[in-house]
Amino acid sequence: MADMVTLTIDGHEVSVPKGTTILEAAKTVGTEVPHYCYHPGMSSPAMCRLCLVEVEGAPKPMPGCVTTVMEGQVVNTQSEQAKSNRQGVLEFYLVNHPLDCPICDMSGECNLQDYVHAEGREQGRGREPKRVFGRDDFGGDVLFYGDRCVMCTRCVRFMSEVEQDHRLTVVERGNRSVIDTFFEEGLDGTDWHGNIVDICPVGALVSKDFLHKARAWDLTHTPSICTSCSQGCNIDLHTRDNLVQRIKPRENLDVNGWWICDHGRHNYEWMNRGNRIEAPLARDGASSRALGWKDALRGLLDRADSLDAGSVKAVASPQSSNEDLAALKTLVDALGGGDIVYRSARAEDEIPLKGFPGLARRQDLAANTTGANLMGMARVGADDATGGLDGVADYDGIVIVLGDGLDDQPESFGQKAGLYVYLGTHESAATTAADYVLPVGTHAESEGTFTNRDGRVQRFQPALESPGMARPAWLILGALAGERSGGSVARSAGDAFAALAGSTPAFSGISYDDVGSRGAVINESVSLTGD
Amino acid sequence: MAYPYVSDHEVQIVSKHFGDPKQRRVDTYVERGGYQALKKAFDMGPEQVIDVVKSSGLRGRGGAGFPTGVKWSFMPKESGKPHYLLCNADESEPGTFKDRELIRWDPHQLIEGCLIGAYAIGAQHVYIYCRGEFFEVNQILARAVEDAYAKGYIGKDIMGSGNDLELTVHQGAGAYICGEETGLMNSLEGRRGQPRVKPPFPAAVGAFGMPSTINNVETLCAVTHIVDNGGEWYRQYGTEKSPGTKLFCVSGHVNKPGNYELPLGFPLTQLIEEVCGGMRDGNALKAVIPGGSSVPIINAEEVSRCNLDYEGCVEVGTMLGCASVIVMDETTDVVKAVRRMVDFYAHESCGQCTPCREGSAWTAKILRRIEDGRGTEEDLDTLMQMTQQMVGTTICVLSDSVAAPVQSSIEKFRDEYLALSRRGERVGAA
Repeated sequence: MADMVTLTIDGHEVSVPKGTTILEAAKTVGTEVPHYCYHPGMSSPAMCRLCLVEVEGAPKPMPGCVTTVMEGQVVNTQSEQAKSNRQGVLEFYLVNHPLDCPICDMSGECNLQDYVHAEGREQGRGREPKRVFGRDDFGGDVLFYGDRCVMCTRCVRFMSEVEQDHRLTVVERGNRSVIDTFFEEGLDGTDWHGNIVDICPVGALVSKDFLHKARAWDLTHTPSICTSCSQGCNIDLHTRDNLVQRIKPRENLDVNGWWICDHGRHNYEWMNRGNRIEAPLARDGASSRALGWKDALRGLLDRADSLDAGSVKAVASPQSSNEDLAALKTLVDALGGGDIVYRSARAEDEIPLKGFPGLARRQDLAANTTGANLMGMARVGADDATGGLDGVADYDGIVIVLGDGLDDQPESFGQKAGLYVYLGTHESAATTAADYVLPVGTHAESEGTFTNRDGRVQRFQPALESPGMARPAWLILGALAGERSGGSVARSAGDAFAALAGSTPAFSGISYDDVGSRGAVINESVSLTGD
Repeated sequence: MAYPYVSDHEVQIVSKHFGDPKQRRVDTYVERGGYQALKKAFDMGPEQVIDVVKSSGLRGRGGAGFPTGVKWSFMPKESGKPHYLLCNADESEPGTFKDRELIRWDPHQLIEGCLIGAYAIGAQHVYIYCRGEFFEVNQILARAVEDAYAKGYIGKDIMGSGNDLELTVHQGAGAYICGEETGLMNSLEGRRGQPRVKPPFPAAVGAFGMPSTINNVETLCAVTHIVDNGGEWYRQYGTEKSPGTKLFCVSGHVNKPGNYELPLGFPLTQLIEEVCGGMRDGNALKAVIPGGSSVPIINAEEVSRCNLDYEGCVEVGTMLGCASVIVMDETTDVVKAVRRMVDFYAHESCGQCTPCREGSAWTAKILRRIEDGRGTEEDLDTLMQMTQQMVGTTICVLSDSVAAPVQSSIEKFRDEYLALSRRGERVGAA
């Protein structure tokens, strides 16, 4: 092909599109050329000088991040010249670096640590007193440790090129250069600045929220999806001791690139909340009994059987997975059909990330309103996710609530219902009248998929253990529906997704494997609003 | 002429009117044949102007010595974009003081050269980036530009030729690195004065993102005379590969320091002994830095073999640079001199590239320690190896400029470094 260039990198012949940089081309043969200032989401200033590689025929080592490939080029990333250059640059970095790894939050995931361990000198030669900048509060969630900085300027470029709000700059020159804010104006009031902590290759920019909370090597990383809005940003939940310690973005160029907003980043405390419902509860008047699952579900179905068949009224949460919502729908159908509504908060404005078109904190503040719409559920209530349940609150047939906390509803909610089933994580005043209270896991504790605003189905994995006897809602609802109608029961999230794909046209043709870690887009012929 | 010192060896072309304040006035300049070269250039057409400059063999006088005509021919012909000619008057290399004198005494010579250059490369606008500390020079230049505008030598329809050229003088703000061509462009545009990654080269993407050429003051001054008298005329001076004359800024321990315009290829010894009146107090020569502080230092033996042209300097392991000859006699503490230069570079490093940002300051610290008598022989090895990491590994050549004096002085004056280290041991033992 005319647009492909063939070159040799470390003895491997490789063909890449014209205009590719040597650094990106090297990735295709599995070689990660060490670098600091280069970031695929921003411009390359070629100033860290760590990615210098030997190009045969070139008089000087070339920076891999800005040098584009040429036909027949022979690149050596592991030659003596390239290695000795890296060793030299790494030594320069350590001249003024405080080497305070034992108290540095970045330790364990620090590029300087990794590179020096891999290719640095055994013994440093720096004997001179080190330059000291000290610590600075940049505002927002960011603390700056100037001494650790490697002056890659990724943070400055993120703010100016990606967030496009010039809040950071380099002041002074030479080795007195330091990142700083403009006068007293820090990062306060910006909505994406948490990303500069992620892209800082060392511990110069650290999160106040995460400061000294956990060591990087003690954290388990679990791929997940942010539930703070309908964008569906790909994230990793970093957990330790069955608690989410922090959220980091997970690269997905189709959704969020490398970035997430600060709201989503810090919206994890609720996943760690205690005082959860831990066992299925059956209520009879004022008395309440904890039951095993089998007894609870059997009792529940017997109770349903004893009632006159009538329409079911159900309330779902748009934070529930596609599988949960589909299982709810199947159960409602098995119980004789009915209406499912959901309530969802909406923000006044979108908060776009200007430098990454297609990424914004969306107005729709739930992960799966698209999924709910596609399954024919109707949105009710106000923009703060209250009200809209008047017809349900005093309904006398079967009432099922899935995930909605009902915090705005009175104690009388569901009192008149023939059967009131509540599936949730926490009890509130409005669950007092529930005949059955069933504990379900949050998305952080379960496996499943969400459908984002663009119709992209994306998977999340369980990062935490569910408390007590809590189970995924699709399993509970699926078991009830299966028992009632005699159909098959989904044993895994994959089965549940397959059932969903079989029953809902929008999802037909997508397999759980298709969704993978990058997501799959639903059938384009289906309107995303479910109209 | 009252200009501090002159010598019979001189061939005064660009420095002919040094010391004559009348030359600053546009009327005097024109009376003496000024702006005729510009007229000639307009008659020749851009292509031929470039050919004349090419045939003269004129090489850039800013330090790199790149052939000027060739550089001009890199400019795209039909780009459809504005082109710019930049004149680098941010003279800040320690030891250099030629551009200051050229503008100070003969500003119209430079303006004329700028206009010829701009015409040749198809530029509509000339920027003279003048070092900010040159207060007097800036005033003189501003006045000259004003006069030239008033007389119609700059502006619309110059001398009835139908050619329009604008010229702006921009004052720098005191950073050495803004004398690097792309650093200058960033500074001119209002950005941090940091060199840019090349490619793209200025001829493709230069000032304001447009095709640009940047030339030194002395280069453009010489262009005026080359266009006036022809390429062959210029070639009668100098050597085959380094034709023409060059201003030598001699400073240091000579009896008559100053600016001397000499044909290239002039022997360095003769420059010191005859042109500059010999060494101060009859002291012995110890070392010379022939091209400004960023080139390797040479010792007395090498001085005796050195001819002052681009090739001659390379032969003795140094460079002609911008021909700022710093002469040091036997009383000079070489370590201190080198340390002072490295301090300068550490202070002026823009801070982009790691080897330069960290390496220059580290080198300065080690040298300071050695100077204080707390050095060891090991430090010299560290210095040699570490400065080697600073050569050819950065965006611009500032870090090479740190390495050059350090490496060359350790090679040639190792004893002095060791003597300082031993002094420290003795003090420590007492």
